[in-house]
Amino acid sequence: MAAASSAVTEKRKKNPLSDGQGTLAALLISPTMAVILFVVGIPILMSLRESVFRKDTAIDPNTGLIPEGETFVGLGNFTAIFTNPQLVPGVWGTQDRLVNAFWNTTFFTVVCVIAETILGVAMALIMAKAFKGKGLVRAAILVPWAIPTIVSARMWGLIFDGEGVMNRIVGQQILWLADGPQSQWAIIISDVWKTAPFIGLLTLAGLQTIPGEVYEAAKVDGANAWQQFTRITLPMVKPALVVAVLFRTLDTMRMFDLPMGMIGQGKYSVETISMFAYIENNALRYGAAAAYSLLLFLYIVFIAFLFVKFLGADVVGDDELKAIAEQRKRQKAAAKAAGTTPALAKSTVTSGSSSS
Amino acid sequence: MSTATTTEQAHVSAAELAKLNKPTRDGKYWAGLIGTIAGMSFIVIYCILPFYWMIVSALRQPTDGRSTDFLPNPPSLANFGAVFDPRNQFGIALVNSLVVSLTTTLLTLVFGILAAYALARLRFWAKGLVLSIIIACSMFPGITLLIPLFKLFTGNYPSFPLNWMNTYQALIIPTLSFGLPLCVWNLTAFFRQLPVELEHAAMVDGCTPGQAFVKVILPLAAPGVFTTAIITFIAVWNDYMIALQFGTSPEMYTAIVAVSKFTGQYGFDTPWGTIMAAGVLITVPLLVGVLIFQRRIVAGLTAGGVK
Repeated sequence: MAAASSAVTEKRKKNPLSDGQGTLAALLISPTMAVILFVVGIPILMSLRESVFRKDTAIDPNTGLIPEGETFVGLGNFTAIFTNPQLVPGVWGTQDRLVNAFWNTTFFTVVCVIAETILGVAMALIMAKAFKGKGLVRAAILVPWAIPTIVSARMWGLIFDGEGVMNRIVGQQILWLADGPQSQWAIIISDVWKTAPFIGLLTLAGLQTIPGEVYEAAKVDGANAWQQFTRITLPMVKPALVVAVLFRTLDTMRMFDLPMGMIGQGKYSVETISMFAYIENNALRYGAAAAYSLLLFLYIVFIAFLFVKFLGADVVGDDELKAIAEQRKRQKAAAKAAGTTPALAKSTVTSGSSSS
Repeated sequence: MSTATTTEQAHVSAAELAKLNKPTRDGKYWAGLIGTIAGMSFIVIYCILPFYWMIVSALRQPTDGRSTDFLPNPPSLANFGAVFDPRNQFGIALVNSLVVSLTTTLLTLVFGILAAYALARLRFWAKGLVLSIIIACSMFPGITLLIPLFKLFTGNYPSFPLNWMNTYQALIIPTLSFGLPLCVWNLTAFFRQLPVELEHAAMVDGCTPGQAFVKVILPLAAPGVFTTAIITFIAVWNDYMIALQFGTSPEMYTAIVAVSKFTGQYGFDTPWGTIMAAGVLITVPLLVGVLIFQRRIVAGLTAGGVK
């Protein structure tokens, strides 16, 4: 801290190892950032631009043709959800198609993520106990992960077919792939099958970092198995688990492949926001499609923000950045006590914490 | 006298030790063991059973359709032959998938290694920003990018009059949007795990940071780079949305899109046998690769996902 402020007043001696890293870093980072700018940054801006325009569909009274142009409509594409709703019958009642897609997306996300987390943690606990056959279980667990979602969708499509094996097992004639609540459950079952093992894998990695002594100490203190699980295991795997769950949540929110490959388009009970935006886009209604996709984007940002804010998901996970944040906090507190404006730290170069 | 006592003491304590070392096999122990075995069998069956159903359905005769027998009777490879029926153009689709996946993987590796090294090792003011941008990209809904790119590649912008639909570049460039963040993220995690002292030692010996990277870190990181390549390759290979949007003519389908659009050779019904056979053909090479390198891939997934 002292060195950081003195660097401004005195000329610091040049350090050949740490100085000039900024230039090298800029050189190394810039190709990646350029690619990201072109394939992500610019398309987002273009998407923003599209979302406030609408393709002309009215016939020009002078020529009798549909003009090939677009009109600026401001937030018209967004407000059309309320002013000009496209009512569809879904599981949640008859409502606007986007609102229906929104509830489907939310429902899938909540149910899938909760089921995957519980199953995944249970799998991780079992695997952590295993002493023999660990390799076999790990190999098995990678199978659902490696199967492409579309192949999995078609595979479950066959299983859930009206004359398929699922109906033979449950002994009923359920039309899983029709349009209705049962098709939502077909989607949920196949999504949980594919991704619960993945959460299990990530949780297992977190479990294995807990030292055995902690459990021994708890046993000596008389903790039972349930207390050990809630007081030791859960808090200690929480950082790993929260990040895994965050990634799964965001992944489920943009679900597209599974309903598309298994049930197909135009089935309102399983239509997600991604699917609806895709369908609008292919109908060449770029404005509406861009608006819906941006709403999905904002929804995802909001959920990610909640995870970081309230569950403390440390997604970046860089030690140096953590050190800088802590140092800034200390500096702010010190400046507040002294009544001056804080000089915020920009790096840990002078505080000596090396990245590891 | 004294020797006798010590032997006796040693003897007694050894017996006690042996008794103590022997695990107590009471009811609780057996219950735990049986529970663990049952749990593990559950996991294995849970993961394998649907996949088993796909293989079994692929091995039936094409006329068996949606048969629910648990074994193919009689087994037949006709479905696999039907996959390569010229009308399906599945061979072309496989080639397309390979071209797209390999090109994307190579491109992301070249860019990713450079960026990941800087993110893992160097100190610069924008690091937090760059890391946040990269992680934000991997959380991004792909559909938001797809819409303007679709309008762009169909030549609907006056400033870009080319029609790039059904070209390899239209399949590869959008794929970079999720392939590159994934690759950079995994590689950064791998580079962080390598001890920084190795580079310091190299620099003490007179290497510049760049030389230390090329001569010391890169060879050591080769397994990590390789794992990242596999993970990126699988992610790109499995992509559906981009391939579906930009490859609309059957000659430009990737294998994944081809499987989703199969009409097949037999009957008017959905040719389930052919679809399952194609699914097996797409999945098995991935599975073989994943199982061979499973240790590394698990390490890579956990390093990239949890840090």
